[in-house]
Amino acid sequence: MSCWETFQAYGLRSIGYGERLLPRTDFTLCEQFTLIGSGLIWNIYYGVLALTIGFFLAIALAVAKASDNLWVRKPAEWFIFVFRGSPLFIQFFLAYFLFLSLKQWNSIFDPFTSAALGALIVLFLNTAAYSGEIFYGAFRSVPRGDVEAADAYGMSGWTKFRRVIYPTMLRLGWPAYTNEAIFLFHATTLVFFSGFPAWQQKGDALYYANYFADKTFNPFIPYPIVAFYFVLLTLAVIFVFGRINVRLNRHLPQERRQRMRVRPQLIR
Amino acid sequence: MFGFCEDPSTLSNLPWMACYLTTGKQFLFYGSFLTVLALIFITAPVALIFGFGGAMAARSPILPLRWFGKIYVAMVRGVPDIVYFMFFVIALDQGLEWIRHQIKCPDWDAPIRQGNDFIVCAQAKLPLSTSPQVWHEVYNFSLAVFTFGIVFGAFAANVLYGAMRAVPRAQMETAEAYGMTPRQSFWRILVPQMWMYALPGLSNLWMILIKATPLLFLLGVEDIVYWARELGGSANPRFTAYPHPDWRLWYFIGLLVFYLAFTRVSEIVLARITRRLSHGQGTLGGVRQGKAA
Repeated sequence: MSCWETFQAYGLRSIGYGERLLPRTDFTLCEQFTLIGSGLIWNIYYGVLALTIGFFLAIALAVAKASDNLWVRKPAEWFIFVFRGSPLFIQFFLAYFLFLSLKQWNSIFDPFTSAALGALIVLFLNTAAYSGEIFYGAFRSVPRGDVEAADAYGMSGWTKFRRVIYPTMLRLGWPAYTNEAIFLFHATTLVFFSGFPAWQQKGDALYYANYFADKTFNPFIPYPIVAFYFVLLTLAVIFVFGRINVRLNRHLPQERRQRMRVRPQLIR
Repeated sequence: MFGFCEDPSTLSNLPWMACYLTTGKQFLFYGSFLTVLALIFITAPVALIFGFGGAMAARSPILPLRWFGKIYVAMVRGVPDIVYFMFFVIALDQGLEWIRHQIKCPDWDAPIRQGNDFIVCAQAKLPLSTSPQVWHEVYNFSLAVFTFGIVFGAFAANVLYGAMRAVPRAQMETAEAYGMTPRQSFWRILVPQMWMYALPGLSNLWMILIKATPLLFLLGVEDIVYWARELGGSANPRFTAYPHPDWRLWYFIGLLVFYLAFTRVSEIVLARITRRLSHGQGTLGGVRQGKAA
């Protein structure tokens, strides 16, 4: 099989198109690159969706945590504490078994036991908690003068939040949020090792790498391939978030702009 | 355990639970918590040493060593840590067996990699197939510790490298002015001062380490996740005196509570240490403390 044919057969294997059977013997480099790359579709799916939906919950959580109202603040604090204080791996297991028991009670919960939906929900809640904490920190460091200026202009409530607090909060929290996004993408590799079944061997990049390593007893090819793909993915995330960062800071003088610094501070 | 546990099927709820929670298998589950704690408390110093070495290498004047250090420091930024976990466990195992193979069976002429197999002579196997089960477990555990050490060493190297650069330049210049050699100024000026800058990062790392311990399960160690899955699965009355439906949800809720408690306690302790260490330091926290006093 030529490499192009391999690509046609396995390029979309992880989402169920192409050849049904995975290669079993005589693994070529091309097969490993194609299949692991195909698995990356799932990592991107989880990462992009969880980040997009999680962003809104994160903002809500940050505002709730900074609220003066006890009934709003406490739930947000607990939510953030539970998801940040426990390992994501355990959360995956817990959610899977929870959905399994719910499924017996009512068949509405059938799709939740699949990796595509169940794991996405866990990742969404998890990233919302981590980013919520980041934005809460940013919320608290919004300069006092900005808020006072908004008050002086007669803004209040929603207008003040939307025009003054929210943009500044986003700008201040953005470098840390970029970090969070990178590590969320990394965390997506845990999904298929944590209870959620890979139906018909449709798995993510690490799932296929693990498949090859198990079959060939040779970790030196598949894992570096995953590493290569993830470095590319990380660079892409840094690029996209960097562009947004530039846009968020566009009104500031050049030297006061926040530099993007990637620091691994938020792995779960 | 208790005298009344002779025939569990006759017991009512509370004594049944008491008996169930004290069976031998349950004690293996409780013991696995010690495995996790052992892993954390062994890995933390190992990782710190690796990290220190890595950070020192990254600052070294010798070019290849500096490259090595920089690569080690940057290693964890782009690639998920779990990839390293899965990679190093197999790679270390095969590396050790390969070295032993070279030493113990020099006249072995068949290739080690035959197609999809990795074949070394029987004497080079680690641990030897004749050794008792305990050694297999100890070997697996040490591999896991070493793997954790390498990966978290890289995280720590990252933190310490940053901390070494955060020590004010003027301090090092003063050391030079006093005629200290680079080695002296490193050990006497830089290292004592960098801990304050490293502490936030290191406490973060501690939390990450705690939360990474369930990954032991993927490295083939019988840890709490393994036992929670094993014991929580529905137990058939044919095989056990304590039949129960699928309780994995409850077991994992237990694990969740364990981790939440552990991270919460760590958070409180680390906050105390930070307050202690910033006492009398020329940082914002220290200055604020001084004013308050």
